[in-house]
Amino acid sequence: MQTGLEEQLALYQKRIPIFPRSVQGRFRRFKSAVLILAYAVYFLLPWLPWARPDAPSQAVLFDLPGRRFLIFGLTVYPQDVVWLALLLFIAAILLFFATTLVGRAFCGYFCFQTLWTDFFIWIERLIQGERPARIRLYRQPWNREKLLKVGATHAVWIVFSFWTALTFVLYFGYAPDLVVRFFQGAAPAAAYITVGVLTFSTYAAAGLMREQICTYVCPYGRFQSAMYEPETLTVHYDARRGEGSQGRATARAGLRTRDERQAKGVGDCVDCGLCVQVCPVGIDIRDGLQYKCISCGLCIDACDTIMDSFGFPRGLIRYDSEANLRQPVPGKPRLHWKRLKVVGYALALALMSAYLVYSIATRSSFDRAVTQVRQPLYVVLSNGDIRNRYQIRITSKASRPERYRIDAVGLPDGALDLGNFREVDVKPGHTVIVQASVRLSPQVAARTREFEIRITPLGHPQEAMTEAVRFDTPGGGR
Amino acid sequence: MKEQKLQSQTVQTTGHAWDGDLQEFNNPLPTWWVYTFYVTIVFAIVYWIIYPSWPFGKGFFGGVSNITYVNDHGETVTHHWNTRALLMEDLNRAAREQKPYFDKIASMPYEQIAKDPEMNGFVLSAGKALFSDNCAPCHQSGGQGKIGFFPNLTDDDWLYGGTYEKIHETLVGGRRAYMPAFGEVLNAEQITDLAHYVASLSGIEHDAARARAGDALFHSETAACYYCHGADAKGRKEIGAPNLTDKIWLWADVPGADTANGKLAAIRSVIEKGLNKGVMPAWAERLTPEQIKVLTVYVHELGGGQ
Repeated sequence: MQTGLEEQLALYQKRIPIFPRSVQGRFRRFKSAVLILAYAVYFLLPWLPWARPDAPSQAVLFDLPGRRFLIFGLTVYPQDVVWLALLLFIAAILLFFATTLVGRAFCGYFCFQTLWTDFFIWIERLIQGERPARIRLYRQPWNREKLLKVGATHAVWIVFSFWTALTFVLYFGYAPDLVVRFFQGAAPAAAYITVGVLTFSTYAAAGLMREQICTYVCPYGRFQSAMYEPETLTVHYDARRGEGSQGRATARAGLRTRDERQAKGVGDCVDCGLCVQVCPVGIDIRDGLQYKCISCGLCIDACDTIMDSFGFPRGLIRYDSEANLRQPVPGKPRLHWKRLKVVGYALALALMSAYLVYSIATRSSFDRAVTQVRQPLYVVLSNGDIRNRYQIRITSKASRPERYRIDAVGLPDGALDLGNFREVDVKPGHTVIVQASVRLSPQVAARTREFEIRITPLGHPQEAMTEAVRFDTPGGGR
Repeated sequence: MKEQKLQSQTVQTTGHAWDGDLQEFNNPLPTWWVYTFYVTIVFAIVYWIIYPSWPFGKGFFGGVSNITYVNDHGETVTHHWNTRALLMEDLNRAAREQKPYFDKIASMPYEQIAKDPEMNGFVLSAGKALFSDNCAPCHQSGGQGKIGFFPNLTDDDWLYGGTYEKIHETLVGGRRAYMPAFGEVLNAEQITDLAHYVASLSGIEHDAARARAGDALFHSETAACYYCHGADAKGRKEIGAPNLTDKIWLWADVPGADTANGKLAAIRSVIEKGLNKGVMPAWAERLTPEQIKVLTVYVHELGGGQ
């Protein structure tokens, strides 16, 4: 029975602050390279010019009012939503594929939450110093130094969050123009709301919540177990080597060399705790694989540094698979790709990517829809002829104005009446509606059940498209 | 097993104990959850301030957000936030955005509107909306009309003429169809003769002898049908008298009758009782000149015009 606990209990669980120590090594270099590349792309892309005849010269522009996405030489219209669906499918399968092969590689190296948190910690270290200095600052009372350093850190975070948010908005308008209007107070309200929300969420997620996003908010860590297999490579602590038969021990006198340690049954882990200090999510990898681990590899770098300094072989913490570690004598860690799951994901990935590329490469420069007017289905004219009416919509997806010719296949000459629009000019991204009517004598009408309307872009006659439509007659049931 | 052991080590209770050993678990909430909860409270308060919320007395607090719109009488009205005012604001905006098109319509000749793909597209969509609001109750949503009641606008027969100018005239001033009842003037035999003649004009089954008698009556001073329908029975557009020689029927439901007798009876009924029900209202007072112009082009396009 426990009593007297009331005073210890808070209303909610407090976050235990984490002060990751910086580290150098292979994985740190890789993470930094990814960070620089990703930031270069994200922050500079809206400023990349791209000459276009009919639209703002911005390489990537999501033109929402114009209902189109301009991506380099490609213009994507709402009708092309299947490409977006394919892209999302591909992204999902790529995630599954990578996870089953090498664990949460996305989380550790590529996720924007990881990238921004990493950069925010870098800012924090630049202003407040290395881990011990930050812990000291955290513990000391609020004096001038603490106020200045912590205040400066948050100020830089907020400025960077603001620039992150502003950059996001620049993808939706012509950047050089939008940025000026934004600071003049003349940008659309949506821009200010988006920048406000994103500044706050970036600051909160990368500055304040950090690993809590991964632990509590993001579902991915929780279902990693569904994607992991014993053969999956992931960050592991080699417990057998590290603990020996007597457990880990610090490198005190008599336990300094490997031979001495092995003679006493002590493992290679010198219990320096560096792997815990560098961890951005504040876990101890030596407890085994856990859902909080984002597999960023920094503990590998930390451990390798220590192993090097003691002259022990590297790889006490390394990328390895559970299956390999279970073996009596673990072999060299290797990629197990000859698995049904991996091959299946790879196949799905290849098929969908191929289809996406094919679909984009063979896209047509226009869309059309021909619908029969159903009220009334047919009209009997003065001389007994039957008339049906149709509505033809032509949407141009070309980058310059195009002229389209409309004609009919399977009808007598002169039966198709297009009014003034036998040929029609359509501006890029615009839709033109043409009212067409077909007039047939009762004899011809009786044997005409269907015909085709053909639309030919005069600039690209090979792209001509036809659409079959029906012709209705009085009592012409089937 | 390890997981369970961990839990039992860190388990917290509220410290209350009943019956000696009955305890209550305490599972603290994560920080982010608690803060999110606080945010929802702040959100609610902001919401109360902006939008109509708390009742007091006989009224309620209307919120600080207002909507200003121009109502149907042209007055500018400011109202607390509500969806009706929001709709009015939306309609105001739509009218503003359509204005340049209507202005252009006003300045363009009919033929030019029909040739310009952009203006033609506007006529098709704006005309459809205007037609549905004002014309569809009689002429039906597609303009197909109803035999015995309202003319079909999608065929190529125009009672008063199918040029832009004539359609415009019809829309602005309205029309009134009238045919005298011949039941008092002619006897039943004569009316039947006339019905056979009218049937023969459209190639419907008839008695040739009776049709010849009807022909004579049609052109005689007794019935004087030719006054209005013309000597060739092709009608006179100046007074809206229909062409009797085509395959189109408006008042007598000939296509709807299955038998030859039925078709003759339908024709007889019109001759005998006459017509005084075809009324097209005048729209000049109800629609703006631009709206009437849009409808003119739209209706012209429905039937192909003349």
